[in-house]
Amino acid sequence: MEDQIVRITSRLVAPFIQVYGIYVILHGHLSPGGGFSGGAIFGASLVLVALSFNLEVGAKQISHATASVLESGGALGFVITGLVGVAVGANFLANRAAGFPLGETGEFFSAGAIFIITAFLGVKVASTIVTLFYNIIEGEDKSGDAH
Amino acid sequence: MVDVLTEVLNVLLLLFLVVCAIAVAQIRDMLSAVIVFASFGLIMAIVWQQLSSPDVAMVEAALGTGVTTLLLIAAISKTRRAE
Repeated sequence: MEDQIVRITSRLVAPFIQVYGIYVILHGHLSPGGGFSGGAIFGASLVLVALSFNLEVGAKQISHATASVLESGGALGFVITGLVGVAVGANFLANRAAGFPLGETGEFFSAGAIFIITAFLGVKVASTIVTLFYNIIEGEDKSGDAH
Repeated sequence: MVDVLTEVLNVLLLLFLVVCAIAVAQIRDMLSAVIVFASFGLIMAIVWQQLSSPDVAMVEAALGTGVTTLLLIAAISKTRRAE
């Protein structure tokens, strides 16, 4: 798919998709969306660039190994954030009981641990989608050629 | 009057969904089928919004229309295009 129009369009659109994905992730506790939706949007933009150019350009953004590490790191961060509650003496994934500052309702910093958990969830989902794409495109031979 | 127009819009969207679903199964060209499936997902996202669940609509627009299409196109580029 050596198409100039597809390349220029995806190169122009990708930053806006990524900003929107980060917005959906960070406002997960205030508006519809959250870690899963925002992570899917962000991961889709990375896959879009890797598919419309080639795998070398995609690997310059985020390589297969980096995506795998981020995938595990997102899940690990989720569990560690949950274990903070256990360490303080409350339940797993406790929010106010674990001492997270709740802030004012409706403000950006207003949900304590939910904000942190959603961010880790977004990283996890985005890197999972990128890993899925690399697993399909590389296949068994790992030739590194997308087309 | 507004309610009637909304009902007409909903029926039109659902009709388009049925047409898209049948077309995906009938089209022999894989790439065309994937594009029609993407439009199915887009209409489905609007239907979720009409059913007042914007959260699901957002996931449907991102996953059902975006990621599924990209992964299927990647799969087509690794195999052949005609059925």
